Amino acid sequence: MDNLNHLLDGFVNVLTPLNLLFAFIGVVVGTAVGVLPGIGPAMTVALLLPITFSLDTTQALIMFAGIFYGGMYGGSTTSILLNTPGESSSVVTALEGNKMAKAGRAAQALATAAIGSFVAGTIATALLVLVMPQVVSFAVQLGSPEYFAIILLAFVGASMVLGSSRLRGFAALLVGLSIGIIGIDKVTGQQRMTFGVPQLADGIDIVVVAVGLFAVGEALWVAAHLRRKAGGVIPVGQPWMGKQDWKRSWKPWLRGTALGFPFGAIPAGGAEVPTFLSYVAERKLTKHPEEFGHGAIEGVAGPEAANNASAAGTLVPLLAIGLPTNATAAIILTFLQGRGLEPGPLLIEKEPVLVWTLVASLFVGNTLLLLLNLPMAPLWAKLLQIPRPYLYAGILFFATMGAWAVNGQAFDLYLLLGIGLLGFAVRRFGLPVLPLIIGVILAPIAELHLRRSLQLSHGEVSGLLGGPVAWVCYGIIVLTILWPLIARAIRKARGGKGGPGEGLMAELKDEVAA
Amino acid sequence: MILVGYIPTPQGEAALAAAIAEAKAHDESVLVLNMSRDDKLVDAHRADSSDLDRLDADLAESGVPHEVRRIEHGTDPADQILDVVDREHPRLLVIGIRHRSAVGKLLLGSTAQRLLLDARCQVLAVKAD
Repeated sequence: MDNLNHLLDGFVNVLTPLNLLFAFIGVVVGTAVGVLPGIGPAMTVALLLPITFSLDTTQALIMFAGIFYGGMYGGSTTSILLNTPGESSSVVTALEGNKMAKAGRAAQALATAAIGSFVAGTIATALLVLVMPQVVSFAVQLGSPEYFAIILLAFVGASMVLGSSRLRGFAALLVGLSIGIIGIDKVTGQQRMTFGVPQLADGIDIVVVAVGLFAVGEALWVAAHLRRKAGGVIPVGQPWMGKQDWKRSWKPWLRGTALGFPFGAIPAGGAEVPTFLSYVAERKLTKHPEEFGHGAIEGVAGPEAANNASAAGTLVPLLAIGLPTNATAAIILTFLQGRGLEPGPLLIEKEPVLVWTLVASLFVGNTLLLLLNLPMAPLWAKLLQIPRPYLYAGILFFATMGAWAVNGQAFDLYLLLGIGLLGFAVRRFGLPVLPLIIGVILAPIAELHLRRSLQLSHGEVSGLLGGPVAWVCYGIIVLTILWPLIARAIRKARGGKGGPGEGLMAELKDEVAA
Repeated sequence: MILVGYIPTPQGEAALAAAIAEAKAHDESVLVLNMSRDDKLVDAHRADSSDLDRLDADLAESGVPHEVRRIEHGTDPADQILDVVDREHPRLLVIGIRHRSAVGKLLLGSTAQRLLLDARCQVLAVKAD
């Protein structure tokens, strides 16, 4: 009951005019960036980091949470209307959603996406309230060896599960880790990878990395691929659903929630996997299999619920363990660190007001999003008519300002450009961005725990195998790495063909394409 | 030849109707031009294929020799139309015009104004009724 009281206190805090205003700003900005392809919540939060220097921590966090949730709502609009997913998490929505729009059922598709997102977001946030304290009470008992194992699991998971190939995932992770260890070694005081440049001794500020990677990299990428034929306007109309649509939507919503939440909570979950799984599940369970591929409403309802539920799930490890499972969470983690807060099990002890106000703001933000998205979908679709040069000029302006604001030195601007080029190269060669950014952010934390455990065990490697948690993590890591071999063996036993080297997502995509 | 800048709005339809009337009166051919910008995801001025097919059918019915052309690159419709004017030397350019606020003109510019002033041919400006 204690938690419930804390949550009610949180609501009291959120429902002040100023905090409501920040929640509102957050969801509006979040929906807008969600609608626009290529611009996501991760980039937006990164761009806004320097601007929030002067804001209260709680208010900034409320705004970021609004952006995070809003991005999940907005992504569906572009998927449905344009067949161009606004976010990676709404790739699947485009499959059926765009077919519905072409059949003149855009209004129903948008409605089931928005209401499904609301239902899933609310249930999943309630689950967050229930689960997070349990995870916290479990996480306080963890020592450095366990933390190191969990972070390793997050590295391996993020690299292997997402993206087009495991090799690319690990390459991206390595790049991230390399950037992450630049600076002075905290134990011995030696400079590492600074190449004698004094400005690098403090390490590269994560704001510069994030803004360069997401904003400058994306801008360069778009500049290189600017020319693309425009689409025509699809008449949207007022989103609404008939009785039949409700009947066919509510079960996919609940199933999507059940899939999305746990996948958001495990490292390397992210929102992509559960949306694909939800689509596959709905296609198998539907009573209207003939409609799949021609605009089945279940194929929109399920994945959209799944991506919102996973957004709530993401906050469990972020707040309870200090472990980000997607890019936006990684940048929110940076923000908390910048404020001198240590995200982890102690956060909820030390800053209960902050945490519970944040959770309460999620409920409020979710409701605001439904009110914003349902009646205003046609308006959001208008955002797609903004010419790209205007948009990216604004983004580059904010990116440059943000990089300058960190230390006020010109060196950071060169760095920004360099990392922007890296971001371009990463997109060009199809490396996933998530392992890279997680590598940058978690490298110092991972190193800290690694060396601390080795110090505790006087350099004995066996010290890393601390307890059951570490055993389980290493077990999963070994299984994940060996999975291609195991899968091939299974396929051979079954007599099927074996395709090595593909990630789980690639296999899921094959399944969806079939 | 008569060149008409077509967009799927009442102004565009009015321009097309005026161009057909003009072509019939002077026994000329009509070139219909629709331009969509390639730096936008969605352009409200883009005519669908179904739109263009309908135009084609309408023109065929009216018995005027015609061509329907779509331009899908570039960022400024005025540039593209002026380009076609320079290459094809039409006798008359027909465009639809509408009201724009001073601020709107400052921010977005006015395609109609540029065409009226810069086109190297006569321009007929038509209002939607």
